[in-house]
Amino acid sequence: MSNEHAANGHGHADPHAHGADHGHGHDDHIHPAPTNPLFKYVFSTDHKVIGIQFLFSGLIFFVVGGLLAMAIRWQLAWPWKPMPFMARFMPSWAENGYLMPPEWYNKLFTMHGSVMIFFVIIPLLTGAFGNFLIPLMIGARDMAFPKLNMFSYWFMPPAMIAMANAFMVPGGAPESGWTSYPTLSNSFTSTPGSYEAQTWWLISLLFAGVSSLMGSINYITTIIMLRAPGMKLFRMPMTVWALFITAILQAFALPVLTSALVMQLLDRVAGTNFFSPAGWVVANGPAVVGGGLPLLWQHLFWFYSHPAVYIMILPGMGMVSDIIATFSRKPLFGYKPMVFAIAGIAGLGFIVWGHHMFQSGMNPALGATFMLSTMMIALPSAIKVFNWLGTMWGGRLQFTSSMLNAISFVAMFIIGGLSGIFMAATPVDMHIHDTYFIVAHIHYVLFGGSTFAIFAAIIFWFPKMFGRMMNEPLGKLHFLLTFIFFNGTFFLMHIIGMHGHPRRIADPTVYEYLRGTGTMGLNQFMTLSAFGLGLSQLIFAFNFLYSIFAGPKAPANPWHANSLEWVATDSPPPYFNFEKIPTVYHAPYEYSVPGMENDYVPQTQPLPEPTAHTVVEKA
Amino acid sequence: MAHAAAIPVNPGTLATSGPKVQGPPVTAGKVAMWLFLATEIMFFTGLIGTYIVLRAGSPATAYSDKFSPNQIPKDVAVVAPDAKLYNWPLPYDAHTNPLSIDLTAFNTFILICSSVSMVRALAAIQKGDKKKLTAWLFVTVLFGSFFLGVQVYEYRSLMFEHIYPKGVSATGHFTPDVSLFASCFFTMTGFHGAHVAGGVFMLICLLLQSLRGTYTQTHHSSVELIGLYWHFVDLVWIILFTVVYLI
Ligand code: HEM
Ligand SMILES: [Cu+2]
Repeated sequence: MSNEHAANGHGHADPHAHGADHGHGHDDHIHPAPTNPLFKYVFSTDHKVIGIQFLFSGLIFFVVGGLLAMAIRWQLAWPWKPMPFMARFMPSWAENGYLMPPEWYNKLFTMHGSVMIFFVIIPLLTGAFGNFLIPLMIGARDMAFPKLNMFSYWFMPPAMIAMANAFMVPGGAPESGWTSYPTLSNSFTSTPGSYEAQTWWLISLLFAGVSSLMGSINYITTIIMLRAPGMKLFRMPMTVWALFITAILQAFALPVLTSALVMQLLDRVAGTNFFSPAGWVVANGPAVVGGGLPLLWQHLFWFYSHPAVYIMILPGMGMVSDIIATFSRKPLFGYKPMVFAIAGIAGLGFIVWGHHMFQSGMNPALGATFMLSTMMIALPSAIKVFNWLGTMWGGRLQFTSSMLNAISFVAMFIIGGLSGIFMAATPVDMHIHDTYFIVAHIHYVLFGGSTFAIFAAIIFWFPKMFGRMMNEPLGKLHFLLTFIFFNGTFFLMHIIGMHGHPRRIADPTVYEYLRGTGTMGLNQFMTLSAFGLGLSQLIFAFNFLYSIFAGPKAPANPWHANSLEWVATDSPPPYFNFEKIPTVYHAPYEYSVPGMENDYVPQTQPLPEPTAHTVVEKA
Repeated sequence: MAHAAAIPVNPGTLATSGPKVQGPPVTAGKVAMWLFLATEIMFFTGLIGTYIVLRAGSPATAYSDKFSPNQIPKDVAVVAPDAKLYNWPLPYDAHTNPLSIDLTAFNTFILICSSVSMVRALAAIQKGDKKKLTAWLFVTVLFGSFFLGVQVYEYRSLMFEHIYPKGVSATGHFTPDVSLFASCFFTMTGFHGAHVAGGVFMLICLLLQSLRGTYTQTHHSSVELIGLYWHFVDLVWIILFTVVYLI
């Protein structure tokens, strides 16, 4: 090891040798920890600080998105009843007896979806955990490009401001859904929300997209270049594998969305004709020359957004794999198949986007191929589920609150995946497309899946982030209530969806068949559950904030896990992450190795003699 | 942090000189540049793919020598039996297509030349010849700026100066809103032009650095990376020129 130190010393003693090619904008050196709080906590280049910045901003937007959801649920259960509390915020509603104006419902679900997807789930998974965990887990001192990393965070506030501004401009927030289909979205006159706010929505997503692109280039480069000695690709934790493949997915899919956003923006501000039909006039607005194809937007959008739904689940899958293995005290079942399954899901993810467009008038022959490719995704997904079950099977399970959330990720993902297969069958989808069945699916994968994974991961890595432990009983209570209320809210959506309850409708009672106590009773039950779900999150918020300041101090490795962030550094890690870059001897899943004193073997500790696992690894 | 002298170095960014880490023998800068170019390829794929789909989906009666784009009457066979109808403007057809292929072919040649001079610049510094590096970078900046100048001239005459026949535009000027063809043309060439402008800016930075003698035979990775970007921009242009002007 003294060798390594010497090399380090040399590297720094001779900065001008490298200073020569500094022009391309990255630093070869980790600079000393800044002491000025502005650079320590705000404009920081430390991946740990940036990860925590993403964590906080994601959680704040989680509250915003959650409140929007509460308003949606209120309207669906008791259509056109004055909304509680809103009198104070909406003086302009007074003339209408504080009833919500009809277009407001569209604003609510549009902003709920946009905020949750682009400002909560994606930034939390890739921004917060990607930043915080990648260097720590592969044994690097920081990202490959710390400054680029800082910029990738600081591209988010302009996006957030643009999104917040969309609420304030004349006409109010956008109304064309998180999918923003033309022709609703690209004419100024089609809805109040498309008058101005839609433009801000587009600008916001462009900024968020650039932020994600910078992040993903950084993650990929870091994982390729900066792995500690001995950290071969197939010794990386599943979390790193998942974030790696997610970053690749993002780097290749996101630019297509960027081009589509740019074209929609130009359609709105420069009068281009990409998505407007020939000679098209809306609501006595000015006529446009047109000639473009509204359907083209759907292709471009889903070419990104289907891979994006995997961007929203794969990191969760990776983190849950690590959490389940740790708390089962067993090696991860089928490590390599797990990696290939993630890669398979990601690869197939590029050729299935048409399953969102079965009812769009697309050629049915094309629909059939999309149906087939979509159903194929069930294979790698099932491999993953079986491997999680195999990991837990016969393990010495420790039901910590983190583990409970991780297990419910698996359970809820099964339900969400199965409803996915229903919808992937074109004939079935004709019946359930654009109904609440889809909303049920979305929420089983995104709340039941991704969000439970985020809860599990926050609790699991909280000690590393803040040096303190979260409260276990509160964590369990939060889990229990969330689990119950989540299912109470979203499972019934399958049923009303099958019954034909459309999504994105402000008042279901306009239809005779939805007016009965059956549908509306379920709607009211779901709303009450949703309020319960919202309130349960207060427990988490309290636990989180209280533990940051007053939780018990965390040891370096509270869960007796094997990967580098636990075994090679403190809680929280110092500015340089590792006193000495660790050397890695095996994958992080050596739990309960027979004949060992401890039931875990850190990655930094050689295995005593060839055990069954290493034989497998070599094979 | 007591002994600031022993600040640890992130190995790997120094792939060749640092301590042994797991990673291929390339620099992080190069990996990142290739990834960045991959994202750029996907971005232009979005634009070019859009162009192809829109053109293929454009109805046979979208353009004509007698009527403005998309304003051809339904009973065109009765009111103007001799009108020629197209689904897309043809190259060199002054009735529907305002673009000057000759001017842009020359401009394309200039951009290709700039790629050659960039190759020469890199080759020079790889041999340690700082003077030639500066000279070739200067030539590259000149070619790049010339390309931009011609593009600005082209835009100006299209948008403001010439008056075009009805078949090109109902307003007489060729601006992004007058037809789908115009929308595609301005978006694709505009974004490419922005990339060239960014490239020229970076080349000027390189040039200033090389005037100060910053680059040496062993340390010139910025020249290499920006060169990569420049060739990429050149390549994209060859595709755009073919797709938008020639076909
Ligand atoms: C087994 C895997 C999956 C299959 C077969 C599948 C299939 C589908 C299909 C066919 C649709 C379109 C339904 C329609 O609009 O008629 C859909 C919608 C959707 N899926 Fe999945 N899905 C799967 C996994 C996921 C995952 C993991 C996520 C996210 C984490 C996800 C998120 C979504 C979202 C957000 C929509 C709705 C988009 C919208 O119209 O607003 N899906 N899924
Ligand atoms: Cu999809």
